[in-house]
Amino acid sequence: MTVLETPRVSTGTPRRDGSAPSRPRGRRLNAGYLFVAGYTVLLLAFGVFPTAYSFYLAFTNERGQFTGFNQFTKVAKDYRFLPAFEHMLVYLVLWLVVLVVLVVLVAVVLRGRIRPGTSAVLRFLYYIPGALAGVASVLVWLFMLDPDVSPVSWLLEAMGLHSFAAVLAPGHLPLILMLIAFWTGAGGWMVVMYGALNNIPDEVLEAARMDGAGPWRTVWHIQIPMIRQWIVYMAIMAFATGTQLFVEPQLLQTASLGRVSPTWSPNQLAFVFAFQQGDFNGAAAISVFLLSLGLVAAGLLVARSNLFSLDDK
Amino acid sequence: MTDIPLAARTGRLARPSKLLSFAVVGALLAVLLVFFVLPVIWLLLAPSKTAGQITHDNPLSFGSLGQIGTAWNHLFDFQDGVMAHWLLNSAIYSGGSLILTLAVSITAGYALALTKFKGRKTLLTVTLVTMIMPQATLVLPLFLELNKFHLIGTVWSVILPFSFYPFGVYLVYIYFGSSLPRDLLSAARMDGCNEWQLFTKIALPLAKPVVGLVAFFSFVGNWNNFFLPYLVLPDSDQFPVQVGLNQLLTSTPSFNPVAGAGLNITIPELALAIVVAILPVLVLFLFSQRTLVSGMLAGATKE
Repeated sequence: MTVLETPRVSTGTPRRDGSAPSRPRGRRLNAGYLFVAGYTVLLLAFGVFPTAYSFYLAFTNERGQFTGFNQFTKVAKDYRFLPAFEHMLVYLVLWLVVLVVLVVLVAVVLRGRIRPGTSAVLRFLYYIPGALAGVASVLVWLFMLDPDVSPVSWLLEAMGLHSFAAVLAPGHLPLILMLIAFWTGAGGWMVVMYGALNNIPDEVLEAARMDGAGPWRTVWHIQIPMIRQWIVYMAIMAFATGTQLFVEPQLLQTASLGRVSPTWSPNQLAFVFAFQQGDFNGAAAISVFLLSLGLVAAGLLVARSNLFSLDDK
Repeated sequence: MTDIPLAARTGRLARPSKLLSFAVVGALLAVLLVFFVLPVIWLLLAPSKTAGQITHDNPLSFGSLGQIGTAWNHLFDFQDGVMAHWLLNSAIYSGGSLILTLAVSITAGYALALTKFKGRKTLLTVTLVTMIMPQATLVLPLFLELNKFHLIGTVWSVILPFSFYPFGVYLVYIYFGSSLPRDLLSAARMDGCNEWQLFTKIALPLAKPVVGLVAFFSFVGNWNNFFLPYLVLPDSDQFPVQVGLNQLLTSTPSFNPVAGAGLNITIPELALAIVVAILPVLVLFLFSQRTLVSGMLAGATKE
């Protein structure tokens, strides 16, 4: 093979297909850079820089002087800090458990226990609320949870909730937010899980049946382990979105005329720090708490699954 | 042979338990069906009724077409037709960032999957990390950054951050990495294609499913985004419809008796506003369901 130009950089990974590079390396190098240029600029401007900036703000004061961990201890000592993280934690546990259990269960049922036509219709109907994310979903649930207008007011009454105020009691918020999140998000995940189950070769299931495994043993010992990485992926994403709660409690706060705390979730607290107290450094410290939480959890899960492989196939 | 008696035994015992599990499964699916669909039906019916009818009539009854017209007029009269502005803004923000997102993420995903350059691995890793990172926590520093560059209150303060979509890059990367054979590119290169022609003539036509997928996720995500526009757009005329809905909510007498007094925004108008706000996304959903599901899995499974 003839390499006309010496490659200026070693590419690290050897070419897997074994074919010889047919063109000078230099030209391909430049093309690669051009292709990623636009994205790299956006990545630096809106991914890397804001992250670095939030760390910088969290470790300095408003005059830009380095203050070590002062901002972190300051916000952690704030009387609203612990409740906000506690709320988020309760919500996250509830949301993750319900999401994982129900989505996997329903996907398994839709994949193997009912007729394919019915399954397709159900998957589609479950999926529709996904179009109503964000503000719209919260507004819809404000109506569903208002005994005056709700189509299931009988159910609310049966649970002893006779007024909107009673439904929106602060203790109910994790449950309400879980309902909203499940309503908008679960259908999409069921479709993903269904597809993952679909990718399991029939021979594997056949073999399990031959070995005498009942349907539920097949689910537990064959199907679930084989879609494990998808379950992990769902959990990561659900965790990440769960730590970001902002619009949902914010709207519930508005709609409840202040009965729900305006600093219910950590992101709301950061918002109040920044825009009502003018304390961007404190707000950044809260953001860094959340970021670290998200990154540690995601890192752990990524390390334990092989879903995100960076290697070429 | 132990298989046969075992099989016979399970066969005999299975009958009643099978019936029970069938009932449980059926009940679960039915409850979920009601849970997912009932609110949507209620929402679609609500604008056809007056506020009084919504409270007193059967929740799943239809009012009248005329009432929908009345609610429509009330809604679009609100603050001199600001609702139309909000919808247009949403279209501009989501559409503008969609074009940018596609332009940068398809090329970047392609290059990451099929070319070698220094820093490729770093770029991939950073992409992965930012993809999993909770984006809302970056909204505050983003606000300060945009403020420093005097972009607050301009369309760019929304479009540019929206255009950064690492998940899209990752999807494209996986798609090209798994479904575009390198041999095909080498062959075309032998035939004298330059890198740009390789991309536009070979890779891009093959990438239609993943382009659709990225476009869909990006558009829906941006259309529904609330936090960033809520912070960076000070003026009601600039709101996208999601932030507008929030303002409508605070103007509804049933939720806010003080601010909402004297306004014609009641539950039917609010419900209609929600329907109008989600209509583009809902239509996209209905039309692209099949493509989406197959594309989602093609991009997802890597095999």
